Amino acid sequence: MAVLTFEKKYRVRGGTLFGGDLFDFWVGPFYVGFFGVTTLFFSVVGTALIIIAAAQGDTFNIWRINIAPPDLSYGLALAPMREGGYWQVITICALGAFISWALRQMEIARKLGMGLHIPFAYLTAVFAFFTLNVIRPVLMGAWGHGFPYGIFSHLDWVSNVGYQYLHFHYNPAHMIAVSLFFATTFALSLHASLVLSAINPKKGLPVATAEAENTFYRDLIGYSIGTLGIHRLGLFLALSAGIWSAICIVISGPFWTRGWPEWWNWWLQIPIWRGL
Amino acid sequence: MRDNTTNNTLLALGGVGALIGIGLLFTFERPPIETVQGGFRGTSMGQVYNPRTVNRLAAVNQVPPAPEPADPGGERARDVFQNVQVLGHLSVEQFNRIMQVMTEWIYPRENIADGCNGCHVPGNFAAEDIYTKHVARRMLQMTMALNSTWQVHTQEVGVTCWTCHRGQAVPAYVWSQQPVSSNGGGFATGPGEQNRPGRQVGLASLPNDPFTPYLWRAEEIRMQGRDQHPRPNSRQSIQQTEWNYALMMHMSTALGVNCTFCHNSRAFSSWEESPPQRLTAWHGIRMVRDINNTYIEPLRERFPPHRLGPLGDTLKVNCATCHQGVYQPMFGAPMIRDYPELLPPPEQRRAEAPAPGWVAGPRLP
Repeated sequence: MAVLTFEKKYRVRGGTLFGGDLFDFWVGPFYVGFFGVTTLFFSVVGTALIIIAAAQGDTFNIWRINIAPPDLSYGLALAPMREGGYWQVITICALGAFISWALRQMEIARKLGMGLHIPFAYLTAVFAFFTLNVIRPVLMGAWGHGFPYGIFSHLDWVSNVGYQYLHFHYNPAHMIAVSLFFATTFALSLHASLVLSAINPKKGLPVATAEAENTFYRDLIGYSIGTLGIHRLGLFLALSAGIWSAICIVISGPFWTRGWPEWWNWWLQIPIWRGL
Repeated sequence: MRDNTTNNTLLALGGVGALIGIGLLFTFERPPIETVQGGFRGTSMGQVYNPRTVNRLAAVNQVPPAPEPADPGGERARDVFQNVQVLGHLSVEQFNRIMQVMTEWIYPRENIADGCNGCHVPGNFAAEDIYTKHVARRMLQMTMALNSTWQVHTQEVGVTCWTCHRGQAVPAYVWSQQPVSSNGGGFATGPGEQNRPGRQVGLASLPNDPFTPYLWRAEEIRMQGRDQHPRPNSRQSIQQTEWNYALMMHMSTALGVNCTFCHNSRAFSSWEESPPQRLTAWHGIRMVRDINNTYIEPLRERFPPHRLGPLGDTLKVNCATCHQGVYQPMFGAPMIRDYPELLPPPEQRRAEAPAPGWVAGPRLP
């Protein structure tokens, strides 16, 4: 983690969002900032609470540790610590840490005169978590609809939520999200293979340029999205996958209570082919 | 720079997309919703209801007011009336009371063929000439069995004629085998008309008749293999899973519940992790098979052709026939309490305590 000699010239003051010069300094390679301090605070408190809650549970098997949200009967109120209160405080700490981290990314980007693409990309993942454990529980009227913190237990939660709507593959937003996840990995693999093939020529041959990359795809499919464009596409596909995931879970319950296959009845009822 | 044509095309596409999006908004429901927890907190087992839908269901799943109880003492019906084969053990007052409510439950209209005439020859109530009398007699025997032998499923809610008939001679939710559609359902249709959405299987593209194998015949409802590899003639296949899924979709739709009402989806087959309703449903499947095989299908010769399905089998029972979209018929109103006439004669009654009540559905307004 050595600091390279040229890095020093990028370590400029200012650009902070909060706290002015208070934490505007570096520790080793890390920029601190006000939001670095809050990230650290929430992470340490949240992790400690996870360990305490786990210690009060009935297992230390790492797969089976389960810190569950409160019973639905608590609604949107606070629950006793051992009956879901830990889950509530840990959720607050998690969101505190995630949002602090995004704001710290924002401060660093401002210092360097960059766009805010990185914090927005990261915030999309945070938004998915926020949707799962805040927006949807609030819309459904109880914190108990959040997912439990545990390796096996959160997977069981996912499975049961799916079967609460009989057949989750019929969820239209789930269809779009899954397609985007596949499209993301597909685009990344195409991009990665293209770059590696261009910069790893046979021994003795010069490294191929971006023009060779573009020509390859023009020869293959008549079009190349270009070196900048592929990164725009990648960001679009990945963020869309996250956003549609959030949509697919937030509509399950608050905006649809029955089986997802039944939702498609509107399609069967279109007058063109109804009764065929 | 984009030229104007491109801009206009994009605008038009955007407008069409926005219109479709706004249209789709109307296909959804909205908060507030109502939920019922069905397992340990955080497992997401439980029911999700739209209270507006529950109110509509509650309005059409009402119990009709019961007439004054009848005096069980006095002369027996078999000694006063002729040809009373099933209800002879009742008092005359009880007998008249149950005949009265059966008329209101099954033939409530004023037509010449309704009322008492639905089953009886006018002026000669002992005559056997109308087929519905034979059917009604068998149905009374069935109801008595459902309220005794099958109490493990019907519990204290019980079964009356109203449970299925609801004021109609033919219950609204019955099934019979259907001919394969004339166009074969299109190129993507598989065996059992799979890939053709069926209302009886929750509009999923699953086999459309899970009733014949599971609720008429008694095929095993098992698709989880016990071995690493499928065995020859194994019924534990993807195809069997689809048929099985179709039956489960029917049960869910018929009861207005989701899969977690009876299963922890972590391990569908595990009884240890299943909610108690699964046991009730297990008995229910066997009960429906008994109804279809012991009581209804043997009546096939009695029914006139217009009371049979297009392939000539009887109109049979599935979960929806009694449940009609509700987790317990009529939201669990213990209707049988008001009609002791529909219990078997005391000498045939099994001495057993009623099963404990179980409430796992939505609250009613």
